[in-house]
Amino acid sequence: MDETLLSGRGLSLDFGRIQALDGVNIDLWPGEVLAIVGESGSGKSTLLNVLSGRMHPDAGTVWYRGPDGHLADVHGMPEPALRRLLRSDWGFVHQNPRDGLRMTVSAGGNVGERLMAAGARHYGNIREQAAAWLKRVEIDPSRMDDLPRTFSGGMQQRLQIARTLVTHPRLVFMDEPTGGLDVSVQARLLDLIRALVAELRIAVALVTHDIAVARLLAHRIAVMRRGVVVETGLTDQVLDDPQHPYTQLLVASVLQA
Amino acid sequence: MTEGYNFAYLDEQTKRMIRRALLKAVAVPGHQVPFGSREMPLPYGWGTGGIQVTASVLGPDDTLKVIDQGADDTTNAVSIRAFFARVAGVATTARTAEATVIQTRHRIPETPLTEGQIIVYQVPQPEPLYKLEPSRAATRRLHALSEYGLMHVKLYEDIARFGHISIAYDYPVMVNGRYLMAPSPIPAFDNPKMHMMPALQLFGAGREKRIYAVPPYTAVRSLDFEDHPFRTTRAPHCCELCGSDTSYLDEVVIDDRGGRIFVCSDTDYCAERRSTQQAAA
Repeated sequence: MDETLLSGRGLSLDFGRIQALDGVNIDLWPGEVLAIVGESGSGKSTLLNVLSGRMHPDAGTVWYRGPDGHLADVHGMPEPALRRLLRSDWGFVHQNPRDGLRMTVSAGGNVGERLMAAGARHYGNIREQAAAWLKRVEIDPSRMDDLPRTFSGGMQQRLQIARTLVTHPRLVFMDEPTGGLDVSVQARLLDLIRALVAELRIAVALVTHDIAVARLLAHRIAVMRRGVVVETGLTDQVLDDPQHPYTQLLVASVLQA
Repeated sequence: MTEGYNFAYLDEQTKRMIRRALLKAVAVPGHQVPFGSREMPLPYGWGTGGIQVTASVLGPDDTLKVIDQGADDTTNAVSIRAFFARVAGVATTARTAEATVIQTRHRIPETPLTEGQIIVYQVPQPEPLYKLEPSRAATRRLHALSEYGLMHVKLYEDIARFGHISIAYDYPVMVNGRYLMAPSPIPAFDNPKMHMMPALQLFGAGREKRIYAVPPYTAVRSLDFEDHPFRTTRAPHCCELCGSDTSYLDEVVIDDRGGRIFVCSDTDYCAERRSTQQAAA
């Protein structure tokens, strides 16, 4: 791999007495899936929010390498630039699809929104692309004009993924994308994400507390505890031969089915 | 002019404040400028914003026309016209061509406006994104960053659901290629009249405390899709009184047996046409 796509250096953030991030260094390369694992409250969601520019760190910098190869300071760039990044080059998949979808807008409109925000003004083309994406995430295009609230949880999550990927982002942040879904739906969704990510060569920063999800999707893994990254490495390496006592505990605590 | 009132009801300091807001609004076409809306002797929703703007631009030599839904003889129009005749002593007229200031609710006159005229719109809801994004802080940000994809989502939804854009009034427009603007509840039929209009267009929203403006000869484009272009709709009839087949029509129920006629909503335009027809006959 050549150069990092996104890197955080010395990221710190506290919420009062709680040190959510404590000098975190993290790197993400193009086309790579990085899982950030850890228990609840370990700061993994906060890290994702800071990396994606949605939260401002107390100290440290997040560098993003744009398509032109230049490094940009995510928190230092003007707001219009950051917002443009968030709706074109980047994507964010929320744990709860309701946070990422417009529940009062049809499925097609949800997928089309990012296209329209990017300046698409041809109804036929928008619709065509929306239908193609719905098909890709295994939603029947005949349900295109239905409201997301008539969809099942798994379908809503797939719709959110379609909506995020429609602008072909280079980097997608996912916060527990399979949380709250039952196991069989989870497995299909993971298959789908894995296929799409491999096909489109998207870099993904994935937050999860589920080691199995990390093992299935991620190339690399970062283990967090109390705002500190305690161990990073290739997924198999970290999970099969954990070095840090906390990682050993985490891996040992997973039930073997 | 009635004793005890300042000219045109408002005190000079208030007019000055409103004029400053108007100047700013004209300088940034389509941008909503906040102003300190005053309590007026009529309820919110009846045209308090329009009245305050009119009061601030009115001079002793002006001739005022007030229309409501195109008509000069409806309650709102009559009351506001009487109000200014009393507190400003200005001349009033029903004829569009003779007026220098026209306060309107829901219509733009059919007779094309000219340079030197001012049209003041009464605006109930100045924020075009209001129904899509309830937070005013968020919409201000969207305006600042010119992020109007959301409005197109609404148009997309309309086409997906009804096969066409179903907004019949208050149809959103882009002003000067920069700001998204609510043209007040005029029918979409009137939107093309705003484009490159020689007259100055001022918008006052009293309850919402916002003023905005479109200076003369400014581009006003109705939002649409390339393959679903903006189009106006009009009842497919002729005016029962003057026979116009181009003006905007009102449907009027005339009896309790289902009888109805279509007449021009612009009463002045209709009357003018009828008098020229009579003169010709």
